[in-house]
Order: sequence, then structure tokens, then C-alpha cells
Amino acid sequence: MGILKTLWHRLGSPRWFFHMMAPWQTWLGGLALLLLLTGSFWGLVYAPQDYQQSHSFRIIYVHVPTVIVAQSVYMALGVSGFVLLVWRMKLADVALKAMVPFGMAMTALGLFTGAVWGRPTWGTWWEWTDARLISTLILLFLYFGLYALRESIASAEAAGRACAVLAIVGLVNIPIIKYSVEWWTTLHQGETLSMTGIKMPAEMYIPLLINILGMYCLFGYVVIARMRNEILRRERETNWVAAWLRGDGRTGMESMSEH
Amino acid sequence: MNPVRKRRFILVSALVVGAATVIGLVLLGLRENINMFYLPSQVNSGEAPRDRSIRAGGMVLEKSWQRDELVSTFVLTDRQGSEFTVRYEGILPDLFREGQGVIVEGAIGADGVLAAREVLAKHDENYMPPELADMHLERPK
Repeated sequence: MGILKTLWHRLGSPRWFFHMMAPWQTWLGGLALLLLLTGSFWGLVYAPQDYQQSHSFRIIYVHVPTVIVAQSVYMALGVSGFVLLVWRMKLADVALKAMVPFGMAMTALGLFTGAVWGRPTWGTWWEWTDARLISTLILLFLYFGLYALRESIASAEAAGRACAVLAIVGLVNIPIIKYSVEWWTTLHQGETLSMTGIKMPAEMYIPLLINILGMYCLFGYVVIARMRNEILRRERETNWVAAWLRGDGRTGMESMSEH
Repeated sequence: MNPVRKRRFILVSALVVGAATVIGLVLLGLRENINMFYLPSQVNSGEAPRDRSIRAGGMVLEKSWQRDELVSTFVLTDRQGSEFTVRYEGILPDLFREGQGVIVEGAIGADGVLAAREVLAKHDENYMPPELADMHLERPK
């Protein structure tokens, strides 16, 4: 508990985050590249074809990782919004801003790959009456809304809080996406990967799991990079940024841990 | 937690619970409308409207598919005693086959046959390589 409490207090300092996350950014970026290359090559070339869909099922190796991460990004936005509203933590606002474009891109890619797969498999690109498709489209609109809302409010602080409220309210959509295929009759099938079992053989799901993990690493990499960038932008007038730019950022950290 | 943060914590939590309740009630109210299709039992019992276009989903009954040029007729079943005939003129999706789940859109005529304007194949959550699928099919039931 003590460590967690210290970490919580440290998170109050964007400067601490900036320095602490530098190696994480490098490692997660490298790991993302390695995992995504391995998983994609394995899935797209070596995994066996499906007995009904033949090769078109392979789009699952892009589709499932992107939509899973798109939803995780939104959950992270909701948590950031909560922390921002309750504790007014600066870093939460940085996270709330940094994660939006990545989540938007993942949702868009998920919808696009789903449509490309749906055309040969179902016989349609898009169905306006399918609850899974519509709730995912709402997720994309929530990302658009978060982006537009921040741009439309002049005061940075007010914009952050408005986005936090929208992020929190939009959280309601996440369980709807997840359970849409169980609560209602939909064209979209149920989950292949779930806690109760995996409905595909290991030679098919291992590359899928690798790509999912790789996509989470990419999420970590992109968000840390964007958050560090945003921290530099916001704190550009401070001495520690000037010191870091001169190349003695390390000493800046040490003097910080003393007080 | 200091009193200010505690108050904010309660307020924001109330926001989450409030939003969830409102959306939950709306979804509960719209429950029937969010369903994409009617089941064969609902078609047979008359719950699905006649004389206007509906969507219905079920399994294509084995050995029921007859084809004459582009006109197909097949029986849609829920494997629990409810079934009805579908007629469709056009190109069927790749995944259309007997035993497969499909969704059809069209109106049910006076003869009880659904004249489909559109047929969509429904894929299930199971994926497997062809060799494995052959083993499943060969296994005696």
C-alpha cells in the first residue's frame, strides 16, 4: 500500500512522469513492433485457413486487437476523467488529451476491418440494425466528441473538465458494446475469445493473442510518447524543461527526489 | 480523503450511476426494437407482423434447399419445432449453406412463405481449420 501511495503522489508531478516514462516508451515501442510483426506474420501467413471462410477470416488478426484496444482506451479515458474531476490531477488531463486520437484511430480501423470482413462473410458491409455495429459507431462518435469539445473551449482547464464529464458518461457505452451480442439478436457473432473458453484452436488463437498484446504495447508506447510531448508543451516555461533541453535532465531528477 | 475531494468523489460517482440508470432504462424500453430479427418461433406464433417487411433469423434446415436458376427456396428452423419457408431470388452469400445460420429480410405472404429481398449469412464464434472441421463432420452423432 505504501508504494502505491507514493506512486499516487508522484503522479501529481508531470516532471516525474516525463523522466520516469522515458525508458518505458522505448521498451514498449520495441516490444510493440516485435509482437505485432510476429503475430501478423504468423496469423496472415502460417495460421491455417478457416473451414468456412477460408482466408478471409485472417482479418480477425487486425480486427479483434484494434476493437479490444479501442474499448480499453475509452475505459482509460473514463478513469482519467474521474481522477481529473475528483483530484484535479494535472497528469490526468494530459492523459485525457493524449489518448483520444489513438482511440479514435483504433475504433475507425476496427469498423473498417469489420466492414471489409462482413462483405464476403455476411453479404453486407454495414447493418444499421445491428446493436454491436451501432454501439461501436457510437464509440467512434464519442471520440469525435472528445476531440471537438477540447478544441471548442478556449480555457484549457474548462475544456479538460468538460471532456472528463463526457468521458465518464460515455463509459456507459462500454458494457453495451460488450454485451450487445448477448442481450439482443444481432448479425454479429458472439465472442470467440472469452473467459469461459476460446472457440478456435491454438494454431489460430496464439498469433491472435500475440497481436492483442502487441496492440496494448503500441497503445502504451503511443500514449506515453504523446503524454511526454504534451508535458513538454505545457511546462515549456519551466526550468526543468530548459535543463532537459540543455541535456542535463538527469541531474534535474536527482535534485527533485531530495526534497 | 479531504472533504472537498470526498464531495467531488460522491458527485462524480452519482454522475456515473445516473447516466448508467438513464441509458439502462432507455435500453430496457427499446428492448424489442434493438433486436435485429425475429426468431422462427415468433414468426410461427404471429408475434412477427405480417404484410410488412421483417427480418427473421434461423438455421437453414438440412436437405430443404432447392434451387432453380437464381430462385432458391429453403426452410428456416430454430431446431425446436418452429420453421417456415423462405423464397429468394438473387445471389446468396458465400457462407450460405444448409445447417448455417442466416438472416432474411422480406414480407410473409398469404401462403406463409417469406419472400426475401435480402439474405445475410450469420457467422458463429467458432473458427477451425478445414481438416479439423472434417473430423467434426465425420464423427457419428
